[in-house]
Amino acid sequence: MCRTCGCDDHDHPHPHQRRISLETDLLAKNERIAEAVRARLEHDRVVALNLIGTPGAGKTTLLEHTIRALSPTPMSVIEGDQATDHDARRIAATGCTVTQVNTGTGCHLDASMIERGLAAVRPRAGSLLFIENVGNLVCPALFDLGERAKVVTMSITEGEDKPLKYPHIFRAASVLVLTKVDLAPHVDVDPARCIEHARKINPELRVFPVAAPRGHGMAEWIGWLRSELEAMP
Amino acid sequence: MEGVVDAVVDRLDGERVAVVRLAIGKLAGVDVDALRFCFDVCTQNTTLAGAELDIRTIEPRARCRSCGGEHAPRGLAEPCPCGSFDRELLAGDELRLVEVEVL
Repeated sequence: MCRTCGCDDHDHPHPHQRRISLETDLLAKNERIAEAVRARLEHDRVVALNLIGTPGAGKTTLLEHTIRALSPTPMSVIEGDQATDHDARRIAATGCTVTQVNTGTGCHLDASMIERGLAAVRPRAGSLLFIENVGNLVCPALFDLGERAKVVTMSITEGEDKPLKYPHIFRAASVLVLTKVDLAPHVDVDPARCIEHARKINPELRVFPVAAPRGHGMAEWIGWLRSELEAMP
Repeated sequence: MEGVVDAVVDRLDGERVAVVRLAIGKLAGVDVDALRFCFDVCTQNTTLAGAELDIRTIEPRARCRSCGGEHAPRGLAEPCPCGSFDRELLAGDELRLVEVEVL
């Protein structure tokens, strides 16, 4: 209903209303901050990766084993969760610099949270920065954090059809780390089918099937991380 | 939705908003019903409170990198009619604030 004239007819002219063209992306504010974060990270020669996956996909476990395997390469972590500092404490136990961001009711990290996280961890030149997003396969796909790449982590126990059911993140990501692949025979899921589904969404997706605690597939994943560091100008 | 409120409020001089017009691609990853549902909640106590939300949906278009043809995919996992999954979305992932009407 028009609040000035009280009418229910939206087709008649409303001379008291003025149109203002705004033509902007709804996420423009986040994207401006993300570009500033990206420029700063490039200037400081920091490779930032945005890890996205469901709660329980194994993001923190992957990070713990990755950090131990890459040590003494300089690394830092920004941990995102709705509540608690459990993950930050797990990362701190590896000796890595870490800060925890709690989003409260928020279901994703945004670029302004990364600005604050960077002030806390102060990543060194030539280092890797892992950003562990809030456990969620949906909303984080939309929010640029200024990262070099989005890495979607999905455990094989989630089922091989998840890339088809949650396609946006598989489109936005350039890397898939398929975790817990050692459990595939126990849950009757075929990793090859899962990867096939993911590549229907994104044919260029780079895939690393791993079982981090067993070390399966970790050499390839670690090798890719090293190559990203070396490719930095 | 908070993005909508911020994007509008940041560009105006405190005028009361009567209509907000958005253009949302069908494959943008945003549920239009959910957007409508939270609009009233997120606009409370702002200059957008009580405004009408006018959403235009944009049909998806994709170009296939294998055959070069264009098609209208219904989902992100749908291949080109030629069978290839190697395609680029030309339209349908928009999340745009188009204009507002102010009092």
